[in-house]
Amino acid sequence: MSAAYLSLARSGETPDGAFDAEKVRADFPILKRRVYDRPLVYLDNAATAQKPQAVIDAVERYYSAENSNVHRGVHYLSQRATCAYEGARARVRGFLNAAEDREVVFTRGTTEAINLVAQSYGRGHVREGDEIILSEMEHHSNIVPWQMLCEERGAVLRVIPVNDRGELLLEEYERLLNKRTKFVSVVHASNVLGTVNPVQQIVKMAHRWNAPVLVDGAQAVPHMRVDVQEIDCDFYAFSGHKLYGPTGIGVLYGKIGLLEAMSPYQGGGSMIRSVTFEKTTYAEVPNRFEAGTPHIEGGIGLGAAIDYVNEVGLDAAAAYEEGLLAYATEALRGVPGLRLIGTARQKVGVLSFVMGDIHPHDIGTILDREGVAVRAGHHCAQPLMQRFGVPATVRASLAFYNTREDVDALVRGLHRVREVFG
Amino acid sequence: MSDLRELYQQVILDHNKSPRNFRKVEDANRSSEGYNPLCGDHLHLYLKVEGDVIRDIGFQGSGCAISKASASLMSSALKGKTKGEAEALFKRFHDMVTGDVEAPPDTEGLGKLVVFAGVREFPARVKCATLAWHTLNAALKGEDKPVSTE
Repeated sequence: MSAAYLSLARSGETPDGAFDAEKVRADFPILKRRVYDRPLVYLDNAATAQKPQAVIDAVERYYSAENSNVHRGVHYLSQRATCAYEGARARVRGFLNAAEDREVVFTRGTTEAINLVAQSYGRGHVREGDEIILSEMEHHSNIVPWQMLCEERGAVLRVIPVNDRGELLLEEYERLLNKRTKFVSVVHASNVLGTVNPVQQIVKMAHRWNAPVLVDGAQAVPHMRVDVQEIDCDFYAFSGHKLYGPTGIGVLYGKIGLLEAMSPYQGGGSMIRSVTFEKTTYAEVPNRFEAGTPHIEGGIGLGAAIDYVNEVGLDAAAAYEEGLLAYATEALRGVPGLRLIGTARQKVGVLSFVMGDIHPHDIGTILDREGVAVRAGHHCAQPLMQRFGVPATVRASLAFYNTREDVDALVRGLHRVREVFG
Repeated sequence: MSDLRELYQQVILDHNKSPRNFRKVEDANRSSEGYNPLCGDHLHLYLKVEGDVIRDIGFQGSGCAISKASASLMSSALKGKTKGEAEALFKRFHDMVTGDVEAPPDTEGLGKLVVFAGVREFPARVKCATLAWHTLNAALKGEDKPVSTE
């Protein structure tokens, strides 16, 4: 078999270069299962993505052949485990195009990554009367850590509003920036609206005021190629489990100069250089921020997920998802009484909607019995629900293994909802 | 589909659409607030209690069909009942909606509330069905802090 053929035969591509979702589906064992005696239609990918066999195998291989603690053992297995774990860090570096491996800190997820920055960077730099800018479409995980910091420091949160389509109002953002702005933290792609924010521009505007920027990339990395040097953000956070990897592992990228100037987040093993009862000196970045035995199989699984996503090809997948999103948007618009929430011009495959007086929770239950898994609720974004005047929405979110048949099943389910509620 | 019809019975759909006692009780002497953070169901319950007897009851708020119908049917069932009777009814109701799905539901003494027997098949919806009742409990106990199902 020639190398050229092998490169064409990557998971997500047909020999003519088109994206082959059916081929990708075969990599995900759970997609073969049935629920309530119906084929599973999994449209809750923004909550967590399913795992390909390659990730499941990597975790299994670690436990059955390499299990050992990392960074400290002299023995064979420990070296193997360290090599696999640190190899995952290098893969993340490549995936985000960070300048060096040391800029990749492993965390439990996006939430912990944001808390780390709020505590470690924020406490060192935010004083009374300072301002932190967020946006109206943030997940609670990018609101509450900053609110806690503001309460502790007497600082103030400022919020960039969104328009009716669910796009940030950049002219309002411009007005919010001033010399008291000490930090900006915004989401790359909204978990409710799907909106993709112009993060490069947002960063550029903040940097004019010397304010560093964190970008919450939890919903972006599964859908698009991210280059942190191009965005020029100071921090970037994402979770492994939304990127087809395990839960409990996530990433904080930080520019090395900033990370090196930051105090530790938690104290413990692994994060020290030397300890006496009089004084402790801390380890170098990134270990300084990784106290305790890490989530080793999570890191290894995330590394395998990144390999898998690279093999599928994010650009081809993104083009496919864009087509699927357009199809789904059109299909949902055809359902009487349905109102889409989030109609930005730049979107990832997230479709939030309400249907007349029918509560999203009831819609979710009926869809579930049809085998269609969606999320119903406020999606950890209560301020955004208030902005759009709804208590909750139904959210269908797409991954590259979803197909038009999945969207059709959703639409059939919604007609069933209308039948039940007459 | 049969499960769904079992859950969304006509009586429930009717009470969702036109909830009974959906009003503030102006001369209420007990009230409480219930909240289900998972789905955003939110209700205010108002009681007028004389001695041991619930003379009037009303509620306001928003929520899914199950939580709204449950509050509506509960309010109809409780008018004129004593506090002790209300508590006993809650226990029976709770046992029914959390009961073993393999065994026939124990519906004794529940009257119209039996329409919620189907909730047993939907564990994720038990909190919706019981929110009004938990709120009632708090109101009867005179607790003024909001009740949460979480």
